[in-house]
Amino acid sequence: MAADTHARQIAGLDALELAPARRAGLLTRAWAGTWPVALAVALVLAAWELVVLAGWWPEYVFAGPLTTLTELGHRLGEAEFYQALTVTLRRAVVGFALAIAVGLVVGALVSRIRPLRRAVGSLITGLQTMPSIAWFPLAILLFGLSESAILFVVVLGAAPSVANGLIAGVDYTPPILLRAGHMLGFRRLTLYRHVILPASLPSFLAGLKQGWAFAWRSLMAGELLVIIANRPSLGEQLHFARELADSPGLLATMIVILVIGILVDRLFGLADNALRRRWGLHQVTA
Amino acid sequence: MTAPLTEQAGGRVDGQQPAVRLQAVSKTYGQGKASLLALDNVALDVAPGEFVCLLGASGCGKSTLLSLVAGLDAPSAGRIDVDRRRIALMFQEPALFPWLTVSANVEMALRAKGLGKRERRARAAEYLEIVHLGGFGRKRPHELSGGMRQRVSLARALAQDADVLLMDEPFGALDAMTRDLLHDELERIWRERDLAVLFVTHNVREAVRLGDRVVLLSSRPGRVVEDFPVTLPRPRRTDSAEVAEQAGEITQRLRAEVMRHGAAPNRVPQEATPDGP
Repeated sequence: MAADTHARQIAGLDALELAPARRAGLLTRAWAGTWPVALAVALVLAAWELVVLAGWWPEYVFAGPLTTLTELGHRLGEAEFYQALTVTLRRAVVGFALAIAVGLVVGALVSRIRPLRRAVGSLITGLQTMPSIAWFPLAILLFGLSESAILFVVVLGAAPSVANGLIAGVDYTPPILLRAGHMLGFRRLTLYRHVILPASLPSFLAGLKQGWAFAWRSLMAGELLVIIANRPSLGEQLHFARELADSPGLLATMIVILVIGILVDRLFGLADNALRRRWGLHQVTA
Repeated sequence: MTAPLTEQAGGRVDGQQPAVRLQAVSKTYGQGKASLLALDNVALDVAPGEFVCLLGASGCGKSTLLSLVAGLDAPSAGRIDVDRRRIALMFQEPALFPWLTVSANVEMALRAKGLGKRERRARAAEYLEIVHLGGFGRKRPHELSGGMRQRVSLARALAQDADVLLMDEPFGALDAMTRDLLHDELERIWRERDLAVLFVTHNVREAVRLGDRVVLLSSRPGRVVEDFPVTLPRPRRTDSAEVAEQAGEITQRLRAEVMRHGAAPNRVPQEATPDGP
């Protein structure tokens, strides 16, 4: 009897202490996320139109939003655009994937092996601050005007961020979790696999996000510089739009590049939010 | 009623092999002038199935002592005899892995033992049932209250199937009502599983409520000052007159110990104490 009351008392306390689940509906959240973006876009378009109306540049040098968006609409209907998009995205995916692989291996080694950390730890951060475009002359010398040259620079641009993300995550693993893992019988590799790696996930994800931004920039620089015959790409379109003084085409391509960058960043943002929600790191609103 | 522990170390257990034995254990942090003597010549035995509470003011090296017994740190001098494969430690914080569900957290204790997934899950459910959290296996730690998390932590420690349970102020951050209930829980589990428990606290009543013995440590350096046997019949209640009376007696001794430091402030090192979380 006493044991029963006891259990019920505990259950009662538990029920009282659990916060009721409270999350706004999908539509409310979607709207809350959309209207500021829509407003920002409208403001940018308005400012753009104002600059064009001011007449500082002739229309064929700096096209207005309406002309540009019409041109963009045309391009979205053409096969050539999608060929260029495919080439660019394939390079981005392959380059980023390689960068992740390299960053993971380097990050894992550097975070675990102390002398290696002293040797190359600051070098990795140094690499990160090096503008990727500065690598291209060397890359072109080494690989010629080829896919490899582009890939080389994309990987060099993104891998340090990925590695640093992992290293920071390992460094900031809460000591209490390390001790808990140790007490549960995990040592060295098993501790690494079951405690340290999962604990570093948020930081690693932040590294991935930053790595993507670097990869995307490097890729665009690469496509502007390394133009390969018969292989249309977004960067190449940008290059020729300038050569041909095709202002609407140039701006339309820039918008595409911007939008892709934002969309992928959003994906990382979603992953980050999902992770934070699972871990209970903060209340998510977006 | 009380006697300095050093003279009776080993005497209490009458030939029976103690579950934990500390002999002349000292721990110094740092070197030279900046060094801090955290524990000084501590002797302590915990018999199998015995519940020992370690009591002391801040800076007495209680947590240090547990870390040493747990093998998370090495003593500067002395000997610690304990089977490290049969030992579990519960921290002040739940120390749960936030990326795992409640059940998976408990399963971590079984993973190191090499059990299969299905077996692990079933056993974890049993241990969660023991701490009255049977229905919460699929929740994440952050979805639970502080007291519930600490019970998950207890379930995880129990799942290690240890003979010795070390507890470092495990209920310190909980409200009084939850703590009372958890005392009952812990007492029940301790008796059912015949554990040796070394329980660190700075709460005198908690120590008297739970312990077969209350061992009082001095501060800076930590030394065993006195060993109080608690012979009150179980189950005890924290708010009972008997518990209050014995707690009062121990509190007086603790006060005297704390005041000793006020009288000679220059002898007290002001560095941050290693007795942190």
